[in-house]
Amino acid sequence: MDHLDLLEAESIQIIREVAAEFSNPVMLYSIGKDSSCMVRLAQKAFFPGKIPFPLLHIDTTYKFREMIEFRDKFIESIGARLIVHTNRQAIADGANPLRIGTQKCCGLLKTRALLDGLAAGGYDAAFGGARRDEEKSRAKERVYSFRDEFGQWDPKTQRPELWNVYNSRVDKGQHIRVFPLSNWTELDVWQYIEREHIPIVPLYYAKERPMVVRGGALIPVEQDFMLLPGEKPQMVMCRMRSLGCSPCTGAIHSEADTIEKIIDEMKLVRRSERENRVIDHDQEGSMEIKKREGYF
Amino acid sequence: MERAKRSLPQPLRSESAQAERPATSILRFSTAGSVDDGKSTLIGRLLYDSKGVYEDQLASVAKASANGSGGHIDLALLTDGLRAEREQGITIDVAYRYFSTPKRKFIIADTPGHEQYTRNMATGASTADLAIILIDARNGVLPQSRRHAFIANLLGIRHFVVAINKMDLVNFDEGAYNAIRDEFTTFMGKIGAPAALFIPISARDGDNVVEKSARSPWYSGPPLLEYLEEVAVYAGNETLPARFPVQYVLRPNLDFRGYAGQIASGILRQGDLVLALPARRHSRIERIVTYDGDLASAQAPQSVTICLEDEIDISRGDMIVPALNAPHVARRFRSSIVWMNARPLEPGRSYFIKHTSHQVRGVIRGIHHRLDVNTLAHVDAQKLELNEIGEISVETHRPLFFDPYKTNRTTGAFIVIDPLSNETLGAGMIIDVEGKEETRGQVTADERATRFGNRSVVIAVDDSEAALLLERELFDRGAMVAVVAEADATALALANAAGLILIVSGTAPANSIDARRLATHEVVGVLERRGVLTGHEEQLLEGEGI
Ligand SMILES: Nc1nc2c(ncn2[C@@H]2O[C@H](COP(=O)(O)OP(=O)(O)O)[C@@H](O)[C@H]2O)c(=O)[nH]1
Repeated sequence: MDHLDLLEAESIQIIREVAAEFSNPVMLYSIGKDSSCMVRLAQKAFFPGKIPFPLLHIDTTYKFREMIEFRDKFIESIGARLIVHTNRQAIADGANPLRIGTQKCCGLLKTRALLDGLAAGGYDAAFGGARRDEEKSRAKERVYSFRDEFGQWDPKTQRPELWNVYNSRVDKGQHIRVFPLSNWTELDVWQYIEREHIPIVPLYYAKERPMVVRGGALIPVEQDFMLLPGEKPQMVMCRMRSLGCSPCTGAIHSEADTIEKIIDEMKLVRRSERENRVIDHDQEGSMEIKKREGYF
Repeated sequence: MERAKRSLPQPLRSESAQAERPATSILRFSTAGSVDDGKSTLIGRLLYDSKGVYEDQLASVAKASANGSGGHIDLALLTDGLRAEREQGITIDVAYRYFSTPKRKFIIADTPGHEQYTRNMATGASTADLAIILIDARNGVLPQSRRHAFIANLLGIRHFVVAINKMDLVNFDEGAYNAIRDEFTTFMGKIGAPAALFIPISARDGDNVVEKSARSPWYSGPPLLEYLEEVAVYAGNETLPARFPVQYVLRPNLDFRGYAGQIASGILRQGDLVLALPARRHSRIERIVTYDGDLASAQAPQSVTICLEDEIDISRGDMIVPALNAPHVARRFRSSIVWMNARPLEPGRSYFIKHTSHQVRGVIRGIHHRLDVNTLAHVDAQKLELNEIGEISVETHRPLFFDPYKTNRTTGAFIVIDPLSNETLGAGMIIDVEGKEETRGQVTADERATRFGNRSVVIAVDDSEAALLLERELFDRGAMVAVVAEADATALALANAAGLILIVSGTAPANSIDARRLATHEVVGVLERRGVLTGHEEQLLEGEGI
């Protein structure tokens, strides 16, 4: 067994454990590469059956058009059940990152929407595709991450986690976030996508795209894009290393237009993937602050 | 559906055939050292030298370094995760780090060195194949060094590296190295741990970390990273008898019935004669099913789905094993335990025991002794406090299927869960079956109370709505409880004999607890104070430890 086989076996064990022990699990599906990988693992876990829980997409309505198209085709092709949740009220009130700032916008359209979406479904377990290597504060995250009645995470109340024996007991209203990809790195995910022929959103491949440079980041110009004074779109050969909302996701200069090239680029690249997400830079340790409030 | 599949963007591939990528394995190791031995610096160096650190992470570390210590880039900051810790400048929880070389992927369980955190060390060691113990060359072997080795050995780690750090501060003196090596080797022998490799290093300067150092010509062994890449681990599990704890029964249609799980040890082959526990029914493996096609054989730790030739009633928590090489099936066993909660372990109390995919009620029957990790002495103990280690007798409600932890780290391990707070309280490592499975005389009220977590009592409430609320609350806490409108003498006698909590919504019977006009949580409080809920005699001590 190579390292991907070992990671796969471990993740499947986690996914099955959750499906067996929780009464109402859900899998957060963000359309990104990690989600695609996680969904494949879930398919494997229950084969020849279907995935026995729904997928939940928190749609901020600022996702790339290509992401939504991909989502709908992908879900149809695997025969899963998809639930889409959006914070309609915030959208109606005009929430957008340029007007209210990225922190507040994420708070409303991601964190709030996620907590509401989870509460609406009464889920007692929610899978997320987060990896421990993504960001420093995630390094201590458990595979089963306990959340209180308010969906909040407290590093001090996390349960010790030994071997692969997980404690799934929660009281009403509490839930567990489960991270089956905890031990995967970004490179592992790409190697697995390559090996398993997992479909991914084309935005991950390098292509000439219309972009603007904003705050040092390369931001794609989507439909309804609001140009700031002095900004001029230009065609740039680039790709997305991780997918978020279009106004807040930076691209990287890249020629990697195939999966092999992405992997080779990965092996050379010395910058972490989250760097291109505008949202994490508001404040030092900002991921941890978001997590305490209930963000993934 | 086919159409949809075809229009989905498949991964784009290069013209050339799939790039040749060498198969890599995974090595999991834990690190432990006393505060300031240089553990964070060493990990930072491994990440840095293997390019496991990104430039922007380095930049943010440089920023944080500037706010606090010195002004130079402090490699240790790369591994300090949480805010509180960053402010206090001390790691307080297990953190996992990742790096890889072309030969291997590495997972580091980085555990804090502070005295209090036995619990974290045990957690980090539980999944590790190898332990790196850091010793400051100037300070020599400290109590913590011994404690780390002891816990790693207890948790079943078979490979040890003792990294003697800060050799630059003792001029790479061979005598200092030898003194530490000899002292520690004696200790390792005393606790029955395997022989360790001793490497003289400077984490700060990089000596003997990735490359052999010219400053220690007298050291003939490999540098640390080379050893981590080469050491043979994960041998053994395939050679153990097969154990397949059933996690999930797959019945997608009437023609398919498969048992999904992860092989805990050994190899399973199509056609193998197997035994299903606890049913003790024999059958043969008909198919080993995976998404990628059926397999002729599968080995630990693969996750697969097994179909048997015969229809046997098997459910989650059961175990499929070779017909001729079954594990112990018992309700009473002796075990080591690491206690991890501020609320102490006390014999007689009822807990949940989670073992492989099986969760049962269990009682700690007694404490044989507490182990003083510093002196290795066996000490008499009435209870085990947070971060204490001991040997106990456990009795479970239903039998477990297990092997001694020393031979099988999966089927020999269990966790203890508090049925009331739901917290994970302890980690157990089974030593052996204990005593005979005796058939005793009449079941006593005490036995019932320890098993169910409650004593028998009759409660009178206002109406059926209040009755149902209370029933739900008590049931969710694990109590045996039922609701009736009226209770005659027969019903009361039966409830008492069965150890039941009986809630009566009609006429209040004599000798009942009068809970009329009380809210549900108030009733629960009364029951706790009166010791009816036996699992909850005292308040949880919160905020101590973590
Ligand atoms: N001279 C010297 N100093 C070291 C070495 N390794 C670590 N240090 C220093 O020792 C101090 C404590 O190191 P740190 O990694 O934070 O220790 P930890 O508490 O074990 O994580 C820091 O000031 C390091 O720079 C070494 O090999 N040589």
